[in-house]
Amino acid sequence: MRLDSKTAEKFAKAIIWSAALLVIAVLLAVIIYILAKGVPEISWDFLSQIPRSMGRSGGISSTIIGTLLVTLVAVAVATPFGIGTAFYLTEYTREGKITRVIRFSAESLAGIPSIVYGLFGFIFFVIYLKLGWSILSGGLTLAIMILPTIIRTTEEAILAVPYMYREVGFSLGGTRWQTITRAVFPSALPGIANGIILSIGRCVAETAAVILTAGSALQMPESLFSPARTMAVHFYILAREGISMENAFGTAALLIILIFIINVVFNMLVNRFVAKGR
Amino acid sequence: MKNMKEKLSGRIFLAVALSTLSALAVITVFIFIKGLPIIGKVGVLDFVFGMKWAPSEGAFGIFPMIVGSVAVTLGAVIIGVPVALCCSVFLAEFAPVWMRNLFRPAIQLLAGIPSVVYGFWGVIFIVPFIRDYLGGPGLSILAGSVILAIMILPTIISISEVSILALPRYYKEGALALGLTHWQTIRSLLVPAAKSGIVAAVILGIGRAIGETMAVIMVLGNAVALPESILDPVRTLTTNIGIEMGYASGEHQEALFATGVVLFIIIMILNATAQYIVRRKRAR
Repeated sequence: MRLDSKTAEKFAKAIIWSAALLVIAVLLAVIIYILAKGVPEISWDFLSQIPRSMGRSGGISSTIIGTLLVTLVAVAVATPFGIGTAFYLTEYTREGKITRVIRFSAESLAGIPSIVYGLFGFIFFVIYLKLGWSILSGGLTLAIMILPTIIRTTEEAILAVPYMYREVGFSLGGTRWQTITRAVFPSALPGIANGIILSIGRCVAETAAVILTAGSALQMPESLFSPARTMAVHFYILAREGISMENAFGTAALLIILIFIINVVFNMLVNRFVAKGR
Repeated sequence: MKNMKEKLSGRIFLAVALSTLSALAVITVFIFIKGLPIIGKVGVLDFVFGMKWAPSEGAFGIFPMIVGSVAVTLGAVIIGVPVALCCSVFLAEFAPVWMRNLFRPAIQLLAGIPSVVYGFWGVIFIVPFIRDYLGGPGLSILAGSVILAIMILPTIISISEVSILALPRYYKEGALALGLTHWQTIRSLLVPAAKSGIVAAVILGIGRAIGETMAVIMVLGNAVALPESILDPVRTLTTNIGIEMGYASGEHQEALFATGVVLFIIIMILNATAQYIVRRKRAR
């Protein structure tokens, strides 16, 4: 039987709308459930106290600090490399063999699963470079993982800068370096900030790569060479080993709130950037 | 002087840019150096097609995990791709502007939620549902597929939407002017024209599904055995590493790196294919 075109149109529309609504429903189901169970667990004590008896009681302060430091190291290391690479690809050279190799590498890095990053970070930073399970090992591993994100977003931001800016820069007698640092870079900055914010989100959410490189120690880290447990790892261990459902929910809720805030900031920046571009 | 500075900055930028290449090289070298010896010792065929994984006895066969990875990923594709495609068509063609403005950040949020949270949610909702209504232990291929289907949605939706939106306007205008309905235009013109982008999106989604670890550890049951139905528990390549890396040492640890080598090769093939498709399209 062939449907006539009007019925087919209605039918297809119904399916497409329901698929879209289904996705939203799933998203809401996950978020609302975790928040409903977890938000009541969040209190000042939960945020400010160190986990006790494996996380069964006490708060999660050391994992918040751990998350913060690992993310900080990752972003601090990846940002200059990511921005530099993006500027090289867009401003310093024509498309050719070298750019193809660099792009291929970046895209390949983006596709490597986080557990493989974990394996690599373990054998390279933890064992070979003798950094041990530490914030530094975790942060450096994540730095490589987020590098492609920063490169791509920065590249997009640079390409969005009108060509005129460069022409004016050069015509004023500026060198390429001067033109880039004084004309292109400042106007690409909001876009670059987006890439960094997106990367922060990825670091906060990551588990597999961090657990193998930063470890899962619960004490408050003392330096970048201390092992640390991030919030995502803490949540994983609490939930998987059934240590404390209350604290697991609380940690998950905090993670989701954090990711939500990061996304909101990201979108505000994007909107401002777009508005400015017009 | 000015010229020298200019040259120097160019060199420095090139050196920085090559960091991606060196990172990729170092990762490949270290994973392979640590993983290849044990594959050599066991034998490539016995490692890849071996049915028995018993590290304490020195038996390292990962075939059940390869089957596990393929089964879970296939399930995720079957469940996730149609939904994702509908969503991208919805966003590109049907959604009112206000909905689109709401939908895009929602998809971003979906992508940002930690994978462990999805796994946990799966344990609480999907696993009991499967156990009570479909049978089996609940921890199963199906549970993993559902969770992964949700997790690959953002990747597939955003890339396919972009490739539909990138089509020239006159495609659609021409089709509508010829009297095709909106749906006919989408089905017979827009989706086929955006096909290469959509295929690349699906391949990247497959890559994400095969590579995901923490979410599926929680819902798959992790038994090392060939599954007989989608309601059976399985172990994947990634979960094998995730579960045992915490305590493995010696040959056992090397065998986990070797599992990583196999995973790495699969992912590289998928990535290269996706990149090739995208590039060929751009060249055209």
